[in-house]
Amino acid sequence: MDFGTILDAALSSALGPQAIVFALAAIGLNVHFGYTGLLNFGQAGFMSIAAFGLAVTVVTWDLPFLVGILVGMVGAVLLALVLGVPTLRLRADYLAIVTIATSEILRLVFGAVEFKDTFGGSNGLTGFVRPYQNLNPYSDGFSLHIGSFGIVSFSKNDLWSITVGWLLVALSCLVVWALMRSPWGRVLKSIREDEDAVRSLGKNVFAYKMQALVLGGVFGGIAGIFHILKQGSAVPTDFNTTFTFYAYAALLIGGAARVLGPVVGSIIFWFLISGIGSFFSEATGGSDPVIPDWIMTQTQSSLVRLILLGLGLMLLMIFRPQGIFGDRREIAIDGR
Amino acid sequence: MRLRLAALLAVVMGMLILLTPGTAIAQATPTPTPSAGAVPTADNPIVEGANITVTLLDLKGGEGKPEPVPGVSLTVLKDSKTGAEVGSQTTDSKGRVSIGIEGNGTYVVELDPDTLPSGVKLSGGGETTKTVEVKLASSNFVQFQIGAVVVEKASFGSKVVDGTRSGIISGLLIALAALGLSLIFGTTGLTNFGHGELITFGAIATYIFNRGVGLPVIVAGILAVVAAAVFGFLQDRILWRPLRNRGTGLIAMMIVSIGFALLLRSVYQYGFGGSTRTLSEYVVQGRDSYLGVDLSHKEVAIVLVSVITITVTCIALMRTRLGKAMRAVSDNPALSASSGMRVDGVISAVWILGTALTGLAGVLLAVQQQVNFQMGFNLLLLVFAGVTLGGLGTIWGALIGSLIIGLMVELGPVFGVPASIKEVGALVVLILILLVRPQGILGKAQRIG
Repeated sequence: MDFGTILDAALSSALGPQAIVFALAAIGLNVHFGYTGLLNFGQAGFMSIAAFGLAVTVVTWDLPFLVGILVGMVGAVLLALVLGVPTLRLRADYLAIVTIATSEILRLVFGAVEFKDTFGGSNGLTGFVRPYQNLNPYSDGFSLHIGSFGIVSFSKNDLWSITVGWLLVALSCLVVWALMRSPWGRVLKSIREDEDAVRSLGKNVFAYKMQALVLGGVFGGIAGIFHILKQGSAVPTDFNTTFTFYAYAALLIGGAARVLGPVVGSIIFWFLISGIGSFFSEATGGSDPVIPDWIMTQTQSSLVRLILLGLGLMLLMIFRPQGIFGDRREIAIDGR
Repeated sequence: MRLRLAALLAVVMGMLILLTPGTAIAQATPTPTPSAGAVPTADNPIVEGANITVTLLDLKGGEGKPEPVPGVSLTVLKDSKTGAEVGSQTTDSKGRVSIGIEGNGTYVVELDPDTLPSGVKLSGGGETTKTVEVKLASSNFVQFQIGAVVVEKASFGSKVVDGTRSGIISGLLIALAALGLSLIFGTTGLTNFGHGELITFGAIATYIFNRGVGLPVIVAGILAVVAAAVFGFLQDRILWRPLRNRGTGLIAMMIVSIGFALLLRSVYQYGFGGSTRTLSEYVVQGRDSYLGVDLSHKEVAIVLVSVITITVTCIALMRTRLGKAMRAVSDNPALSASSGMRVDGVISAVWILGTALTGLAGVLLAVQQQVNFQMGFNLLLLVFAGVTLGGLGTIWGALIGSLIIGLMVELGPVFGVPASIKEVGALVVLILILLVRPQGILGKAQRIG
């Protein structure tokens, strides 16, 4: 068992592009769920529509990269509008079911054989990432280790993605922070606490909810675009519902309705997921594994982290729903 | 509509073989036939390093074992059909060629149709070329069929009949699960995202009783329903009741159910593996004609079992004391408690009934299809769609909504929904219905607040 490998895996994904994607997606969910109380279970849908907006524009239609980014973001905004109109007047769980259904519809359509010419089928699209990688100023990867004891390591492309990604995260946090201390943000929070009271004060609750849905969807779109840029391909199966649930887990770990909650949450989430995954992979690998084969095989070892994640999410929600930073009184997790 | 698998299956392999469905591997590696030297060419070993390997198999319309096709000339070209030739080979006794390539890039594999043995034809569109993207860095298993499926032209009428038949069957299965979901939602207000895993529970329990213990499928199914009921009871006792008593909010409980679903699904995969398996009986059955509709015996049984179960449940909920108590709790738990009802007892009963119904859906699904660790998860959205469509918390609504969803899914392809994403039609309808009538078909308007 090599603890250097485990630490390296854990830290590299906690600080690397993977955590950034989840941080961005969770910032969007924070606007929806944490501040406004909207249960959006289709964040993966916002991500996929923006991602494929970019990929299709550049690869299929052969238009410039920046136009692609624009198309992607417009896609996310439109999706928010389309979802919001039928559901924002209804109870919270309706929005949950409609958003989850929509994200699945999008994933299925993007992956369908029948639309292979446009969306690339189940293999997705590649070949849009060149303009992004051309901007990369780094000529080498980076790795930090003491002797053979690894601490953290990134490839050259990862290093560029990290620079861009954390900058995006910082900007997004700044935007959220500024908005939420404005009068507009206070209205959102009061909608979360008591919708009827806000309505009786003469505010147009529907419009505020819609604006929040669009804003969070835009963060989701940024996350989706960043996701395909950091890995160089847009694959429909990446954007499944589990993705949304993981983003929720990250948000809830950090604490909803806190500006930095989603960021810290995804760092911790990925540190644990990769660390535990790597630990059990090391423990079951090699010729003389620490955990014998009849208890756990190498294939099964990759599932332990998911089992623990499910258990962790349950326990977190039961015993500390406000996460690490949140305020229990503020987090209004009761609909109906 | 009868599918006939015809002629050839070709498999192209790059350098690495990763994650492929079990069946694909089974087809790609035929058992070597040490036949008497009637085969002209020697064996083509798989080239070391980067290579493109093609195995030609005659699927024989899906009857009998696939047989390799020797003596067919295949050429690999760089970049395009007119590009430089990389190599050419003739398939050996295993139907295999293996041609070395220089590295990454696009390659075109061309098959010479003139060299095909007599009686063997390319089916489908009859394409003789196939493009392969080789990326050394990633997994690179490319499998393609030179059109292995020929569809006998079915008339529009028979397509509608077939779609209706499978739509009603899957609608009834969804309805069983939806009834369970609706009962639990109605009495406790919990939107249970772990409901799909209860379906899988029924299916996997059947598999364990059948294959593991060795019982007949019918006995295994009955035991699985009982096991599901016990599982539901324990789940309520250990998890949900304490949460209700602590006053945990409904949305918090919803997220707990997401975590629970993830936990269960991973545990299933841990124990059961990622593969799809079959029960020991009733796997493949021919169909008899009943009043012009072709149904296999197991389909008849599934329809009868689910129709009877649903009818009995619904009538029981309307007529019996327990049914009345359930509806009272679902309307107003506080008032029911103050009029002397044991609300917790009623909720326990609902969980037992709900999970038993859902488990039954899993059992029937295992008989109808196969067993897989995420079969319930894949169905979950359709169950939600059925319940929402009929009206959350209503009993007959779940049945009607599910039947509509089942029919939408199966009839969609007849009316132009791409067949590979036939679920999309049903989900779109769900969203449209919410636009027009948010409370669902049978729901009451005040329920949705």
